[in-house]
Amino acid sequence: MRGRVSPLLISILCLGIAILYVPILVLIAYSFNASSLVSVWGGFSTTWYTQLMHNDQVLDAAWLSLKIGVVVSTGSVLLGTLAAISLVRFKVFRGRLLLTGMVNAPLVMPEIITGITQLLLFISMLQVFGWPHRGFTTIVIAHIAFCTAYVTITVQSRLQTADRSLEEAAMDLGSGPVRAFLDTTLPGIAPALASSWLLALTLSLDDLVISSFVSGPGAGTLPMVIFSKVKLGVTPDVNALASLIICAVGLCVILAGVLMRRSERRRLADTQLAQT
Amino acid sequence: MNATRWLRRHGKWFIIAPPLGYLFVFFLIPFAFALKISLADTALRVPPFTDILSVSPDAHLHIALNLGNFKYLFADEVYGLSYLYSLKTAFFSTLVCLALGYPMAYAIARTSKSTQSILLLVIILPFWTSFLLRVYALEGIIRENGLLNETLLWLGLIHQPLQIMRTTAAVYLGIIYSYLPFMILPLFATLEKLDHTLLEAAADLGSPPWRAFLDVTLPLSMPGVIAGSMLVFIPAIGEFVIPTLLGGPDNLMIGRVLWDEFFGNRDWPVASAVAIAFLVLLVAPIAIYQHYSSKQMEA
Repeated sequence: MRGRVSPLLISILCLGIAILYVPILVLIAYSFNASSLVSVWGGFSTTWYTQLMHNDQVLDAAWLSLKIGVVVSTGSVLLGTLAAISLVRFKVFRGRLLLTGMVNAPLVMPEIITGITQLLLFISMLQVFGWPHRGFTTIVIAHIAFCTAYVTITVQSRLQTADRSLEEAAMDLGSGPVRAFLDTTLPGIAPALASSWLLALTLSLDDLVISSFVSGPGAGTLPMVIFSKVKLGVTPDVNALASLIICAVGLCVILAGVLMRRSERRRLADTQLAQT
Repeated sequence: MNATRWLRRHGKWFIIAPPLGYLFVFFLIPFAFALKISLADTALRVPPFTDILSVSPDAHLHIALNLGNFKYLFADEVYGLSYLYSLKTAFFSTLVCLALGYPMAYAIARTSKSTQSILLLVIILPFWTSFLLRVYALEGIIRENGLLNETLLWLGLIHQPLQIMRTTAAVYLGIIYSYLPFMILPLFATLEKLDHTLLEAAADLGSPPWRAFLDVTLPLSMPGVIAGSMLVFIPAIGEFVIPTLLGGPDNLMIGRVLWDEFFGNRDWPVASAVAIAFLVLLVAPIAIYQHYSSKQMEA
């Protein structure tokens, strides 16, 4: 759908984008404020960033979050890709409806409910099996569950538009179905997998509510540390920390977007090639 | 030979079973545990609730169900009121998001393909940025000596700072600000696919643009409207971070009640009962969302 865009629409669009971005930009600007009073501009300074580098609590939490994030995004890309293949390629199987539901529900389920119910499961499992202890393991398990849902949706939409003619050709030439998939379709959707890996990483790094429920004593992720600091009010070192995270997440998302576009372009090129 | 045939018939389960099993165990089964614990009694031990099932010395299985937690939800009006309050807050926030998000999605859908991908990235970026950090950033704007008050004072529009923090208005602003991208993305997805020739046909047949919008664009974008609204409405009901950081003591949303019950009072059975009752209320909107999002997926 293209056409003339009325000035009114453009101004609403600009207003909306301004609403989304002004608070973040102001936050970043104030993280370079030399004054420790959050409302007074005392000149440019990187004091708060230096202070952050010496804050062990923050550094430990950041390291824990990063470790969790990498394990979670790898696990959820594996599971999510399998789920996407199942939903796109196998039209009929027992449990299809169940899988569809479980893939879509985490997107809308209030995190607080997911968090409580998962904690109750972990507690009961610990009683019966003596595993898992609350902390790193439980946070990873809980995060993989909701990140898998996001990965599945992303990969699913990419797989649906993937051209299958190459794969069929490979099978005609004697490849088994798995081999054919790995040789032809997988390289085509690889950018989508990389992009969903990054998105799962950001989701895991950002999560506060689910982590708060399922984590145990001593395992505080970065958002949990930030939350306890923020409850006490706006402080300049949190501004610096928040700016760093926002920039890191922003880079991940932009990279993911670029990868997605590249994969889209490759698909278009493939289809054109197939038509000539 | 038999092995190959078996593999061909059942091999797909190597792909289906891991995600199906994982989500079943770690996403679906937990709800059963919440239901179980909501029927238990509070106890002074670790974990802080009684067993429902127990085997007595004479090898009889005892089931001790305790519906008291659910009765308690009805008896103490704090739960009912916070449910209603959450529903109301989520409903009006969704309306505002729709009113702001629809024209935005519409405008993006009408730009050229290359502008579109940039604008989409601009919308998606905050979508992925931490809720917590964005709510915190918003606090920097609306607090007493924040940018908004400073600007209004400077312009001479107000003479003393507006009290926005710790009010209902702050909760609404927080939800709208945080969830706006969730509304725009599904709306854009339907509006982008809209067949432009239909609008031209309407114009050729003499219908003014507003009429064509009401008769053609709006009905065709309904799946996006509903998916976007549900994507805002359902998580907003359970919102915890926003009412805690921006709201005052009056803004008692159900997410906050749950959190306090769990971490403050350590009453896990009642917290589970609240969660289960909350979930029951969410079944209908989630079903509506599933229906429309799967429709969108097929289109």
